[in-house]
Amino acid sequence: MKSLAELAAIQDKVKDSIVLPEGSGDVRVVVGMATCGIAAGAKPVYDTLTDGAKDLSNVTVKQTGCIGICQFEPVVEVYEAGKEKVTYVKMTPEKAQRVVEEHLKGGKVVEEYVYNYKPDQTDGGYGTLAKSDFYKAQKRVALRNCGVINPESIEEYIAMDGYKALGKVLTGMSSDDVIKCVMDSGLRGRGGGGFPTGRKWSFTAANKADQKYVVCNADEGDPGAFMDRSVLEGDPHCIVEAMTICGYATGATEGYIYVRAEYPIAVRRLEIAIAQAKELGLLGKNIFGSGFDFDLHIRLGAGAFVCGEETALMTSIEGNRGEPRPRPPYPAVKGLFAKPTTENNVETFANIAQIILKGAEWFASMGTERSKGTKVFALGGKINNTGLVEIPMGTTLREVIDVIGGGIPNGKQFKAAQTGGPSGGCIPAALIDTEIDYDNLTSIGCMMGSGGLIVMDEDTCMVDIAKFFLTFTVDESCGKCAPCRIGTNRMKEILDKITSGTGTQADIEKLEELADHIKQSSLCGLGQTAPNPVLATLRFFRNEYDAHVIDKKCPAGVCKALLTYKIDADKCKGCTLCARNCPVNAISGKVKEAHTIDTDKCIKCGACMAGCKFGAISRG
Amino acid sequence: MEMVNIKINGTPLSVPNGISILEAARYAGIEIPTLCYLKDINEIGACRICVVEVKGARSLVTACVYPVNEGMEVFTNTEKVRKSRRHTLELVLSNHRKECLSCVRSGNCELQKLCKDYGVADADYFKGAMPAFTFDDSAAHMIRDNSKCVLCRRCVAACNEQGLGIIGANARGFDTQISCAFEKNLADVSCVSCGQCIVHCPTGALKEKDDTDKVIAAINDPEKFVVVQTAPSIRVTLGECFGNPVGTNVEGKMVAALRRLGFDKVFDTDFAADLTILEESNELLERITKGGTLPMITSCSPGWIKYCEYYYPDQLDHLSTCKSPQQMFGATVKTWYAKKMGIENIVVVSIMPCTAKKFEVGRDDQNAAGVADVDIALTTRELGRLIDGAGIRFNDLEDEKFDELLGESTGAAVIFGTTGGVMEAALRTAVEKLTGETLAALEFTDVRGLEGVKEASYEVAGLTVKVAIASGLKNAKIIMDKVRAGEADYQFIEIMCCPGGCINGGGQPVQPAVEHNFGNLAAKRAAALYAQDEAMPLRKSHDSPAVKAAYEEFFGEPGSHTAHEVLHTSYVARPMYK
Repeated sequence: MKSLAELAAIQDKVKDSIVLPEGSGDVRVVVGMATCGIAAGAKPVYDTLTDGAKDLSNVTVKQTGCIGICQFEPVVEVYEAGKEKVTYVKMTPEKAQRVVEEHLKGGKVVEEYVYNYKPDQTDGGYGTLAKSDFYKAQKRVALRNCGVINPESIEEYIAMDGYKALGKVLTGMSSDDVIKCVMDSGLRGRGGGGFPTGRKWSFTAANKADQKYVVCNADEGDPGAFMDRSVLEGDPHCIVEAMTICGYATGATEGYIYVRAEYPIAVRRLEIAIAQAKELGLLGKNIFGSGFDFDLHIRLGAGAFVCGEETALMTSIEGNRGEPRPRPPYPAVKGLFAKPTTENNVETFANIAQIILKGAEWFASMGTERSKGTKVFALGGKINNTGLVEIPMGTTLREVIDVIGGGIPNGKQFKAAQTGGPSGGCIPAALIDTEIDYDNLTSIGCMMGSGGLIVMDEDTCMVDIAKFFLTFTVDESCGKCAPCRIGTNRMKEILDKITSGTGTQADIEKLEELADHIKQSSLCGLGQTAPNPVLATLRFFRNEYDAHVIDKKCPAGVCKALLTYKIDADKCKGCTLCARNCPVNAISGKVKEAHTIDTDKCIKCGACMAGCKFGAISRG
Repeated sequence: MEMVNIKINGTPLSVPNGISILEAARYAGIEIPTLCYLKDINEIGACRICVVEVKGARSLVTACVYPVNEGMEVFTNTEKVRKSRRHTLELVLSNHRKECLSCVRSGNCELQKLCKDYGVADADYFKGAMPAFTFDDSAAHMIRDNSKCVLCRRCVAACNEQGLGIIGANARGFDTQISCAFEKNLADVSCVSCGQCIVHCPTGALKEKDDTDKVIAAINDPEKFVVVQTAPSIRVTLGECFGNPVGTNVEGKMVAALRRLGFDKVFDTDFAADLTILEESNELLERITKGGTLPMITSCSPGWIKYCEYYYPDQLDHLSTCKSPQQMFGATVKTWYAKKMGIENIVVVSIMPCTAKKFEVGRDDQNAAGVADVDIALTTRELGRLIDGAGIRFNDLEDEKFDELLGESTGAAVIFGTTGGVMEAALRTAVEKLTGETLAALEFTDVRGLEGVKEASYEVAGLTVKVAIASGLKNAKIIMDKVRAGEADYQFIEIMCCPGGCINGGGQPVQPAVEHNFGNLAAKRAAALYAQDEAMPLRKSHDSPAVKAAYEEFFGEPGSHTAHEVLHTSYVARPMYK
């Protein structure tokens, strides 16, 4: 690739295949084939569509990345020139066959398969995701190409202005210009820490060295988080482009993408992207004739959560056991292979090309005063619309849950939302109007984190949830420093005691004492944040802890050891169903007489209560 | 040097920019406690004991790795700091098999001292489940007991510093343990038995295999004639076991104590060191004149020999065939001495600075009289415990002399205990032999000092003698790679397994990390050896009356048939993993 003109020529050639020219009669069908889609069965759907459309000259069928609506996978979208796109959900090969026959060949939408289909709806307001509550409040920057382009085609990426930012940088901007642009945009690290990206770049740029590196942290490990995977699977070239830009800005000529081995599709698409970029001269020597050289390598993580910590990640790339090292020296001074290194998260990089192309002001116009742009969240837990969402910073939690998320299923009450995964904390219902940005979340003892957003309803025990996250950290502690290695396990042991009904007030105090100690004295971010789920739940839900240790009750009815099932003799009709459902024969009673539960035998599985038609069984 | 102004506990100081808070605090007379820190080789910030408060910092700061900068204000002893250290210690104790009353390191345990200093009143404060700890007693020389390991990784650093990397962290989180690759036993990997891990361990997790009971049993057996020999370096380190400053020479008291322990004869390995020089210099001259494999490399250090057998099995021809002084001594006692004195049933005990000596006594081809040349090899530490256990008031003892004949030696033998010493001793003899003249100055200062690799070249009787000295296996590797590549144009190379030589051996008294970090431990011990050499009337091995007698009465000439039978050995290539 020698010039912008060369790039523009490629773009001209392919752009019509994505942005269908009006009146052309062209149809573009895309099938969401990220990991989630494929797991839900998108491959046979794709095959059926490809096969069915092979004789239709005006129809192209492409795979694409994550479209965002997890619970509706497999998802197929049909674009027709000059028309709203149609979103088909929960597709099967059989349904796909009907879409081929009726829609692609017959030009008639198969209404009953479309998103949000309501049989009584007659106004045609169905089928387009773009108009849905789920999408309306979203703003797609990092995810702009996800679910739109074929991630395995560099031409489609170029069609969507891909590599244009790199061309702009290499043909007309100094490295200082680039850093200033990123700094002015207000972009902060999307991996969780929120450090200003431009400043990070400027530190590395300021250090002289014979070799510098750019590292992309794609070791996404928070339970329930899949933002980075979606970007890598849906738009791998945007990472290649951004890392090259970062290399130019900071003076690095080599980059490493550290991606977890559990993401085989992301790895494969990255490999394809790198190979394609090399072939077009967008990686390698003298890119855009600028004299700038840049090369990229992929390194696979072996599944350790701690390798998401930047120093542990670099230690792992170097071929050693992935353990953090003390800072300072910071990576900008002494990073990968002891050379100045810039490390950014996938989502951070995913914003870069847009910032360069559209300008710092455009990016800074979105978001709040100190948190600019958008943030991608993986929305999960007790929420109607699970999925991948990208919202402007400053959106309230209420909007995310009630509007985008479509509220809590089964009419339950919203109780809290966990951000930042095992390193973060919970936002209680009372703070549902919190505007989501770095500083607001930090001020209430939570953290932005990488973007996992887990919604909890009234049936969630907050002590149990703290134990869940702590168990994760105990498993993932690398074992290097004593407070994290031993302390987190001791905290978990105390939570075990509390949830099993043997905890005391003194245990809660010791828990707080340990939490504070681990936070203050651990070596790395993993340990320093490990107590957060406990501290946050203690702060907002201390009454639940007290209930466990004083009343020996679990208010949410989750901690089995603290539950007792009782049959109300007045309501029991003696139908014997519960006795038959009980897997341990703990229920006895004669037909048509009130039954009783032997609490010594009862394993608290709840089968009796679930089956009782008379509401005679209660839990307390 | 650029200086910065900082305050430590309110005291203004000017210190070099960029040094750690830990080092800076020493300028203020403050020792910040550590558990994992070893200067230059283990600066990992893992133990969290050295935490301090720094004005403006978000959380506590790790003093061992955090550099000072202009205007920094550090507080090393606040309530918050002390509480944090105490909690960390309480957590460590919750995972520690607290066998403190009888632990081999009781009284000399860094963890114990910290717990005392920070008032850990309740060792069970954070009591909870413990991981399944491994216990590895497979090796000939040592025991690894992970139930006392604090995961400071000083052993790992020491092993890496030797260029070996035999041990490292396995498993993760709470289950993390230090062990060999694939959880193999130490006996089944290429551990050279140097014991550097032991002398860097703050607790009793690593220790030599204790053979003191065997010695007591032998002494108490009226049928047995028990002879003891002491390696050159023991006399300048044993005193540390009894509270003497590092570098104190306690030879006279050591001899007195050994006699009180009931040994039938108290001899000196130094005799055999002199003997080694005669045999080794003869072997060298023969190789030079008859075209043998050069360079020739010393074979005194069993850790080095084992290393060569594992890592350079194709280079074994370079090794001198001379047994080590320990083995030469045992072989001589059980052949010449036994015959001369008409004694049977001799038990040879050696006191060594070395754990590899425990491995060496069991090697093949080390049995001149048909039985093992040496029966029991003890470390300096074990001797210290024997003396303590016998109730001997070591520091109150009057100096005594070694027993006659095999207790006689020269200054050349004494300096065997430090890196460069064997080379210097060999040069003293070789130069006189080659020139036929008496040396005017005996000091070969080019080969002295603690640098890892030293080179020197001498013009002797028209011959250019080029030598090299390496101590520590990382340095040995540098030399050996040259040898393997055919680029080593030396005639003679001295290699000692442990950094600094035997004075820093894996069997020496364990000093706390602060001595390794800031105490010039090896230099002080070495200085004591050179001082003794200088004060001795005889300083050249070939002047030793005992050695002369041995050749006159038994061996004939150096390199004779008898000498080969008794004093030389062979080597084997060893597979790295079993």
